[in-house]
Amino acid sequence: MTKTADNVNPNVYEKGSEREITSTELDEDVSDDIDEREIFDLIRNINDPEHPLTLEELRVVEQQNVFIDNKQNLVRIYFTPTIPHCSMATLIGLSIRVQLLRALPSRFKVTVEISEGTHMSEHAVNKQLADKERIAAALENNNLVQIINQCISSS
Amino acid sequence: MAKLEMLQTLTGHKGIVWNASWHPLGKIFASCGEDKIIKLWNKEGEKWVMKTVLVDGHQRTIREVAWSPCGNFLASASFDGTTAIWDKKSGQFECNATLEGHENEVKSVAWSPSGQLLATCGRDKSVWVWEVAGDDEYVCEAVLNAHNQDVKKVAWHPSSDILASASYDNTVKLYKEDQLDSDWTCMATLHSHESTVWGLAFDKTGKRLATCSDDKTVKIWQEYNPDNQEGVIVTDRDAIWKCVCTLSGYHTRCIYDITWCHTSGLIATASGDDIIRVFKEADNSDPNAPEFDLICTKLNAHSQDVNCVQWNPSGNQELISCSDDGEIKIWKLIED
Repeated sequence: MTKTADNVNPNVYEKGSEREITSTELDEDVSDDIDEREIFDLIRNINDPEHPLTLEELRVVEQQNVFIDNKQNLVRIYFTPTIPHCSMATLIGLSIRVQLLRALPSRFKVTVEISEGTHMSEHAVNKQLADKERIAAALENNNLVQIINQCISSS
Repeated sequence: MAKLEMLQTLTGHKGIVWNASWHPLGKIFASCGEDKIIKLWNKEGEKWVMKTVLVDGHQRTIREVAWSPCGNFLASASFDGTTAIWDKKSGQFECNATLEGHENEVKSVAWSPSGQLLATCGRDKSVWVWEVAGDDEYVCEAVLNAHNQDVKKVAWHPSSDILASASYDNTVKLYKEDQLDSDWTCMATLHSHESTVWGLAFDKTGKRLATCSDDKTVKIWQEYNPDNQEGVIVTDRDAIWKCVCTLSGYHTRCIYDITWCHTSGLIATASGDDIIRVFKEADNSDPNAPEFDLICTKLNAHSQDVNCVQWNPSGNQELISCSDDGEIKIWKLIED
């Protein structure tokens, strides 16, 4: 029995442009800090679990909601579910966390939260996403890992 | 002030090491983690060496290990929903009993001071009390459903059969067996933390309890009996617990574990900011409003989150810690 998607008619936005490579970026002797754009590039193409669209196209993630502090090794991402009662919010948050866990150096402390005021259960979802023991246990569930891999695969 | 001198770094586990636990005599410890393996380490001369590997006991992450007070048994709690009991009576360590019953991940296991009881807790929100019934036989004595969320940790009072549990529901609960009807009940709920309580530790008298939380604070709680001198109102026959001290502004991320040394009275914490901190009660501390000073901050104790800290029970000021980075470290606290 197929489930109807929560949000059958989401707003779709245009994708941003590709990043222009500057000459200092090509220079091997200049050390690079990781910046917001780089983190955004890691998560923008994660697929939404319900629609054949990316989180960027649905404006679930935006570069302006990515924050990084290279000195303190902190990364903070706020994501905006398309509707306030979206039941996929935890799964989307988890996909973002897993993608960053796999792609970022381990020195970074990553916080993924729902943009304030955009979801009915944001406190409960944020608390789950912040609990690394719950996340570790969830990621031992093969079915869940497969679903997440499908969301992340093309990005 | 004091400093933590690193004695040794131990590698070998693959992935996250969630817990390390000292044998009661302090010359052996066990470690466990994401790789589903328990490692036993012995001290040979001045160095710690891995002596035994216990495999095939669990199918998923092993979250905590605990030695019985007599030192002959090791219990392991796993995300696979079971708790295994290991002993060496055959000459080699073997799993001779498995406690089943939790509906999902078991997160903590602890032996009562007499060694007659075991407690476990897990994501199914329950705390189980088991009785050691005989050779490799364990009987469930109680299933306590007092918390309304995931239970992270259980710890026993140092000298009596009083049990404490810490939960995702931001509270700590205390339980004991009613003398009259032999029923285990929740006799107190400690409210104050603003987020998940991850760890708890009694002081040596059992009259104080230290708790640590995702709200980045440590709280000290004190027991007041019905006949207390301080004028604290206690309505029923049971004692009440009050929060008498909050240590805030020190930790910058979640505090995952706390340990209270029964010889020195020092408290150590393990935090998600990769730091181990040690606190000492101030000299002129008011017993009803105690003050604790931060006497040591070990920056970058590990390269990732510190999941566990435990004082060596022999009172030699050694501290063990383990981390998401897969390493275990042994430290010695040296006070100025």
